[in-house]
Amino acid sequence: MDRIPILKLGGVLIVTIQVDMHDRLALALEEDLTAKIASTGARGVLIEISALEIVDSFIGRMLDNIAAISRVLDAETVVVGMRPAVAITLVELGLELTGIKTALNVERGMAMMQARLHEDDEDGSARARYED
Amino acid sequence: MANEGTGALVRVVSEEEGTILTEWLGLLKSGGALQTGRIREAELQTQAKTVLGQLRDALASGGSNADLEAYATLRDTLGEISRSRAIQGFTPTDTANFVLSLKEPIFSSLSRSHANDAKTLAAAILSTSHLLDQLSLHTMEVFLQSREDVIGRQGQEIAELSTPVVRLWDGILALPLIGTLDSARTGVVMENLLQAIVDEEAEIAIIDITGVPTVDTLVAQHLLKAIAAARLMGADCIISGIRPQIAQTMVHLGVELNVVSKATLADAFALALRRTGRTVVRKQPVSPSAS
Amino acid sequence: MRMTKTGARVPVTRTETLPIRSGDDVVRIRQAVRTRAIEAGLGLVDQTKIVTAASELARNALDYGGGGEVRVDVLQEGMRKGVRLSFSDQGPGIPDIQKALTDHYTTGGGLGLGLGGAKRLSNEFHIESAVGVGTRVTIARWK
Repeated sequence: MDRIPILKLGGVLIVTIQVDMHDRLALALEEDLTAKIASTGARGVLIEISALEIVDSFIGRMLDNIAAISRVLDAETVVVGMRPAVAITLVELGLELTGIKTALNVERGMAMMQARLHEDDEDGSARARYED
Repeated sequence: MANEGTGALVRVVSEEEGTILTEWLGLLKSGGALQTGRIREAELQTQAKTVLGQLRDALASGGSNADLEAYATLRDTLGEISRSRAIQGFTPTDTANFVLSLKEPIFSSLSRSHANDAKTLAAAILSTSHLLDQLSLHTMEVFLQSREDVIGRQGQEIAELSTPVVRLWDGILALPLIGTLDSARTGVVMENLLQAIVDEEAEIAIIDITGVPTVDTLVAQHLLKAIAAARLMGADCIISGIRPQIAQTMVHLGVELNVVSKATLADAFALALRRTGRTVVRKQPVSPSAS
Repeated sequence: MRMTKTGARVPVTRTETLPIRSGDDVVRIRQAVRTRAIEAGLGLVDQTKIVTAASELARNALDYGGGGEVRVDVLQEGMRKGVRLSFSDQGPGIPDIQKALTDHYTTGGGLGLGLGGAKRLSNEFHIESAVGVGTRVTIARWK
């Protein structure tokens, strides 16, 4: 069975979804990521979806699950590169993925992760970046 | 009976075309067709002449049913006239009257030529009436369709014109909304905003609603959807310019906008700059007495 | 949003029927619907909406209806073009349609956004279901 490759860069796992996700692939990714977070002690998961032409409730649920699981395993998930049409459709579908952090592209996503990893190094606590 | 009537109609129109045209033009003029100044007499004359000529041809080659193939040219001509009248701003009455006022001259010609044959006369009047009603309805349909086209086009133009997305700073966009937001327009606005976020790699988008007259539940919902979609893409939104009355109405309506909101675009911009790690500093004291 | 019989008499310029038997069929249906949506001249957002709705309904037919088929029609009514999808299965049927349309209502452990979500993503939506006979959901999206 096909699997989506997971790359490790520093303390961050990176996944780029390049194919039309069928349901088995989504379930396999969820399992693989969970195992990998546990085995590597990764502090962040970055999922790049700019190639995804649609996100339906099944894939949305997968993203939500990955975020929730990684939270439990003390890692932060950032979904990056969602297309405008996909974002509009998801909102219309009623799936706002409020539990997931998002960023515009990989660079921004990595910056968010780095900020957290850096804070971890300093005092072990990672809180909101933005303070008014 | 219908054929008999049609035959009489065909004969009258071809034999007395000149008389009918003169009478028709007289009626049109006395009916006020020229008073609005939207059309010149020469133009009206040409139109009437063309229509009557084509009516004669159509009658000669077939029956008196406007749906027939023989009437295609006449229908097109009437459609064209109707369309131009819709654009020139004629009233529906004026436009319908153009064809309907042809009834009277044809009726009087028919009565003259069939004064002694009541049966044929009745049949001919019936077919004439039926035919002209059909043509008049066709004119009205084209008239309304043209109006709708104009309105539709204008709507689209307004939607496109009124939703600019401006770049305030590196990574900071502003969307100044003006006018009423409906579903169709919000769709366009939302797409423009999200595409601009991608193009400009914007982190923060400021939606300024100073120019939005009312915010009801529906508008609030639309705004929230746009904000949720922007968040999914990784950009934050700030709302600015909610006027006091609107804030009051919103609270009374129970409309909740659970987003960061600032009084003015300037305040929102300052917040956006702060959030992206920037500060605005005055370079020199402005006081002129600093000598 | 209208709950009408979706464009019953609208002229169809192209039609095809695809089976819904496996997860791979769901992917194939998404691709076919995308192609037809482009053919009907739908914009990118509208394409994405109808493809997403198709994905939801195909998975519904598979998970709850035990599989079925979908008919994909390209419609043309005057200047207006659109895509109509008709999903049918011979599954257990839906006893309470109103309830099934409610967000987050699910009998299968999913998010329960399938039917209601598909309805929100379409211009026209029609559902008929008989217990023990099956379910047919028809949606349409116009340019």
